[in-house]
Amino acid sequence: MDNIAVDIKNVTIRFNRGNQKVDNLKEYVIKMMKHELMFQEFLAVKDVSFTVKKGEAWALIGSNGSGKSTLLKAISGILKPYQGSISVHGSIAPLIELGAGFDGDLTARENIFLNGCLLGYSEKFMQEHFDEIVDFAELQNFLDSPIKNYSSGMKARLGFAVATMVRPEILIVDEVLAVGDAKFRAKCNKRMSEMLESGTTLLFVSHSINEVKTLCDHALWIEKGIEKKKGEVNEVCNAYEEYMGVSCN
Amino acid sequence: MVERLKSLWTYRDLVKHLVIKDLKLKYRRSFLGYVWSVLNPLLVMIIMAIIFSSIFKRNIENYPVYLFTGQIMFNYMNVSSRQALESITGNAALLKKVYVPKYIFTFSKITSGLVDLVFSLGALVLVMIGTGARFSWYNLLIFFPIIQLYVFCVGLGMLLSALNVFFRDIQYIWNAITTAWLYATPIFYTLDMMDSRLAWVIKHFNPMYFYIGQFRDLIYSNQMPGAGIMIEGCVTAIISLMIGTAVFWKKQDEFILYI
Repeated sequence: MDNIAVDIKNVTIRFNRGNQKVDNLKEYVIKMMKHELMFQEFLAVKDVSFTVKKGEAWALIGSNGSGKSTLLKAISGILKPYQGSISVHGSIAPLIELGAGFDGDLTARENIFLNGCLLGYSEKFMQEHFDEIVDFAELQNFLDSPIKNYSSGMKARLGFAVATMVRPEILIVDEVLAVGDAKFRAKCNKRMSEMLESGTTLLFVSHSINEVKTLCDHALWIEKGIEKKKGEVNEVCNAYEEYMGVSCN
Repeated sequence: MVERLKSLWTYRDLVKHLVIKDLKLKYRRSFLGYVWSVLNPLLVMIIMAIIFSSIFKRNIENYPVYLFTGQIMFNYMNVSSRQALESITGNAALLKKVYVPKYIFTFSKITSGLVDLVFSLGALVLVMIGTGARFSWYNLLIFFPIIQLYVFCVGLGMLLSALNVFFRDIQYIWNAITTAWLYATPIFYTLDMMDSRLAWVIKHFNPMYFYIGQFRDLIYSNQMPGAGIMIEGCVTAIISLMIGTAVFWKKQDEFILYI
């Protein structure tokens, strides 16, 4: 059992679709009196199970709105599953959105510390790795300007540098690299491959099947929250491409 | 419980950085910078002192200090509870993307208010020197009511921030409540100016009175607060903390669905 990184058992994630979202007290009281309060449930992920062993790289594929990101958020601990269980063994670095914790008015230097702390690292640890982050992001000349003046690519670079500076045991990447230029994407992919070689477990969401095939060895294909196929990456990707080809025509 | 305290300890650097961020952003690019933290309450106090001392013919001894002691404490509760109220909804974008214990944001808002309170104490010392007030060793005990108020505000902030996730109009209701609360607290008047029955109600049911009363005993009257008011203050703070954390913990997993 020691070699399991993420174990997902029969996970269902429920949302309130909220056609008429009641978010104030007045409406709540009125609706309650009229007995109109109801929870319109929407299951973003239905009964999905899979087990990721340490060192494996899994891709989550599927069309838009199929619940891939929701599943990643549940694994990161942002969402709690409605049913089923998720157990994670090891430290997680979630790259759901790069630089999610950046504050536009603070400088890059201040943001590096704030963001590092948000990811759960100590200040001392950040100080030790500060130079490494700045080098990777190539932002030496902009360290003391407020981050609101940065381009989205620069922000993404900084976010990626902070999040991957530690060697987490599990790395979760959700289509975040789409903003960077080719050179930076190559650099990111290189770093991810390096991490994989050193034994990091990867969970990866991407629409680029080529990227998936080069980085990952396993894949899970979900469609409208339902698990379609899982297993070896080429097999699943081919089935998915076939399905997409069919549904396009 | 031990787990929770441990997680607070792991994220202590985050709390520190969030507090620093609040303070930095508040005064960034202002000429006087942190001096505003001292100057601001001082200016408000001077204006209020001039107006109210001309309204109340019956003189309150050293009115500026009397007024300022009440105002500092009430202001802390007022500002920090308002900030805390928006601490979850305001960080929605972040909470959807990164896992962070949610109470950290509420907690750090109440804590940055505390730093402002300490700045105001600097202004209070200036007022006391300016008005020739008497200093005594009792003054040093003020950390005691301040800690009580801090605990009280943490509980209040947790409750309000959780409620605000589900009902966004809580902030308007809260504005009305704090305004009423301000007038129901002896900040610019003294309790013996009122009807004795009403004064009794305020004395025993207004939590802000517990803290302002103790604070004033120590600073303004230079005496030890009575045991009754100290017990009332501590008990209210603990009850507030218990209710706040209980509601917050019960509801926090649902926050993400509503923000």
